[in-house]
Amino acid sequence: MSEHTHDHDHHDADIPHVSLKEYLTGFVLAVILTVIPFWLVMGGVFESSATTVMVILGFALVQIVVHMVFFLHMNFHSEGGWNMLALIFTLILVFITLAGSLWVMHNLNVNMMPGMMD
Amino acid sequence: MSDTTMTAAATDSSQNGQLEFLVKGDHHPQNGTLLGFWIYLMSDCLIFACLFATYGVLGRSYAGGPTGMELFDLNLIAISTSLLLISSITYGFAMLQMQANRLKGTMFWLAVTGLLGAGFLGLELYEFHHLIHVGAGPQTSGFWTAFFALVGTHGLHVFFGIVWLVTLLLQLKKRGLIPENKRRVFCLSMFWHFLDVVWIGVFTYVYLMGVLP
Repeated sequence: MSEHTHDHDHHDADIPHVSLKEYLTGFVLAVILTVIPFWLVMGGVFESSATTVMVILGFALVQIVVHMVFFLHMNFHSEGGWNMLALIFTLILVFITLAGSLWVMHNLNVNMMPGMMD
Repeated sequence: MSDTTMTAAATDSSQNGQLEFLVKGDHHPQNGTLLGFWIYLMSDCLIFACLFATYGVLGRSYAGGPTGMELFDLNLIAISTSLLLISSITYGFAMLQMQANRLKGTMFWLAVTGLLGAGFLGLELYEFHHLIHVGAGPQTSGFWTAFFALVGTHGLHVFFGIVWLVTLLLQLKKRGLIPENKRRVFCLSMFWHFLDVVWIGVFTYVYLMGVLP
């Protein structure tokens, strides 16, 4: 391989390689994972709201992973693993923010303002 | 890759009798832009996490005003969700065209993506206008404040995504598929797909869960 072609290959390698198959797989999965929760809610499939909530949250989590893998091209190797590290760190912070806020505020409501609970 | 370069450099220099660990020649570091942009997206993710947390906390604070259950129109949300989802795959087509070095195809699919995004934004503005018209403005209750903050911030992101997309189309028209533009198209693709990921959270957490009894 000559020096020039080596440089050229490397230059394009800055941007991850994408494939039609990847996008189509992601799209089909995303459509399925979107249609089912809408159908569950709009069709009133489950009797209890709690069941529906658990199921559609599950679908949302799976769909987020699908988008990450097939559209955002996430894997353990991109940018030498730093992408994944930043993502994991962010997910931990997101979890703390969401779970912490809901937990603390729920306790405040229960313990401080019993008369205002709905 | 860099390991082999280093070994090669070390072997070369050790022939001269001294060991060198500085890699000479044109070592290509991995482009930092993509990683940096990813870090930006992650910080944006934290903004949305805070807005989601706010919405979660204020999710039932109607202050006697209208509730989401009464006013959310899931048919409208289903349409705007499909627009955003289709815009993801059209952006994918733009990426594939760019990979094949076809300028016209890239610009065509980018334009289609932008139009779908504009359609999404139009529906969202229509929905906001309708909600405010029937008395569910951001000042009505904690619930609607949190709703407009969360959904509005996502909408603003889509708006700036479209601004970026139009700018990029002009850049592509002027300079073609130079490496810099390719990098920009890739960054916008991350931004666009990221917005779609956030929208999954919005339609599930706000709309679908919002209309459940």
